[in-house]
Amino acid sequence: MQKVVSPEHLFFEAPREQVFITGSEAVREAVRRANVDMAISYPITPQSESMHLVGDIFKEGYIREYFRGENEFAVMSAVAGASMGGVRVFTATGGPGTLRAFELFSTWSGARLPIVCAFMTRGVNSPLTIQPDTIEMSYLLDTGMIMLHAENAQDLYDYLLKAFPIAEQTEVHIPVGVFADGFFVTHTRENVKVAPVDIKLPPYNAYSAPVPVMDMENVPFRQMRDPFVMKSNYVSYAAHASWQQEVMAAAERARPSISSYLGGLLEVENADADILIITSGTAVSIAREAVAQAKQEGLNVGLVKIKCIRPFPTEEIRALTKNAKAVIVPEFNRVGWLAKEIKSIIPDNDKVVGAPRVFGGMTMPTQSILAEIRRCQA
Amino acid sequence: MTTKVNIRMSGLGGQGVVTAAHILGAAATRDGLISIVNPFFGAEKRLAPAESYVRISDEPIYERGEVLFPNIIMIFHPHVITMGKCYTMPFFDGLQPGGIMLINSDEILPLSEEEKSKLAALQARIFYVPATKVALEVAGTELSTNVAMLGGLMAVSPNLVTTSAISDSIAERFGGGKFVASATTAALDDVVKSKFGKLEQLVEKNMEIVDRGRQAVHEFLISRAASA
Repeated sequence: MQKVVSPEHLFFEAPREQVFITGSEAVREAVRRANVDMAISYPITPQSESMHLVGDIFKEGYIREYFRGENEFAVMSAVAGASMGGVRVFTATGGPGTLRAFELFSTWSGARLPIVCAFMTRGVNSPLTIQPDTIEMSYLLDTGMIMLHAENAQDLYDYLLKAFPIAEQTEVHIPVGVFADGFFVTHTRENVKVAPVDIKLPPYNAYSAPVPVMDMENVPFRQMRDPFVMKSNYVSYAAHASWQQEVMAAAERARPSISSYLGGLLEVENADADILIITSGTAVSIAREAVAQAKQEGLNVGLVKIKCIRPFPTEEIRALTKNAKAVIVPEFNRVGWLAKEIKSIIPDNDKVVGAPRVFGGMTMPTQSILAEIRRCQA
Repeated sequence: MTTKVNIRMSGLGGQGVVTAAHILGAAATRDGLISIVNPFFGAEKRLAPAESYVRISDEPIYERGEVLFPNIIMIFHPHVITMGKCYTMPFFDGLQPGGIMLINSDEILPLSEEEKSKLAALQARIFYVPATKVALEVAGTELSTNVAMLGGLMAVSPNLVTTSAISDSIAERFGGGKFVASATTAALDDVVKSKFGKLEQLVEKNMEIVDRGRQAVHEFLISRAASA
């Protein structure tokens, strides 16, 4: 039997035990303590093991309902139905699975569904790859969901648990995607500190929803039957436009809770340095090693870890980069979406170096970040 | 130990490269060290290249993913060298000066003159261990090759982890029933477990493999080979 405790107790006060586990096992441990009503799975590398392990704790009695859908689109649709029905629901996918289900992510946000989904990022076809690559995050930036990016298995455990109370506030009530780099986190075994197994989050309160639960006469569900927003008149245009702005505003209203649960939307070391590295996910870990090696060479470099990609820490980054001479943005994808984000919000953006970029599955060598640091120093 | 040790294990799917890394990392953690372990493989299948990486240190480790600059390379199958079944070319790419290579083979493998001279310049030390032979002799299954390789590792790097930590980690990995693997790995686990009656017997037998592996290591001297 698990005892319900406050989120604050589960996150900050309960004693923690250190275990040597993989990122996939960290997903299982988070879901075990998250009081999840329903989980729906569909396998895709590198995510398969996570939902497999969630199935195991269903068997142990930690989840009320669990089944395997017929594909990712079906899973994300079923998850939407469960959430509309007023239960706490969890699923996970990654890479091509994310793309296959894509329509549903903006549907979730628009329907104000507080679904928590883990995305184990993987490269996208073609050519076929199963290896880590964060390009799907670029595609998801404007779906309306909150996006948290884990650096390691510890973050993955923490962010997943914290995602539920962030998502389920009445003034927020939109989905949260928790992103972890495939293999670099999912298949990597490391020390993770977890809360006792006999405590869990309070249950989801379906009446926290800012929209009526399954009421077919009102938006958003009205759209399924006689959808007034599909008619051509001023009211329908205004309804759609105001609704979308309200979804964006909901993400903005999540800032205080993300900040208090995660200790800020970003984390900074050595903020006054002339050269700043700004990145997210496992690229942060590689950057930590590069910063340590740069220090041995007498180079003073700061490091900004962005934990929350949506909403984006715009003001924080503007303030941090104001006096920096160069901003290095290492990324595990081809397009450099994070560098683009940063360039779009600061005035003197010619100081942003969108490198190194590693993609297709390769590991980012520490030396590739060091080379950029030396170039900026010269 | 005050410095970080990076180990790259290159082998073929089904040889237990992932499991060997798991046991080694868990043992290092038991010994109070910090370890990060991760595998890399393509679509899971037997005999396809599979690698895993173990980082061990007494200080926090942040780096993850492939070990690009290993101190120790463990080659689980001759094909890694003779057929290029590994993720780097050549198979010793990135090996650090004074680095160690431990190769599972009954016989000395042909290395090109260029490879020999590069390895000699690195002052690399090459060791051979007939790990699959040891596994077959002691356990009656080549699936225990990985455990014999861990024995070989303990011979070439005796201060890395303690024998008792390896023994406890083997018991944990195969014992608790808590470990969840893919269907393929679970099937191989069943074969390994079916070879031994009880957990104590499994651990005892595996520690015998470790010990035999440790004793079966012999060094291949590059300088002598180069001049011969």
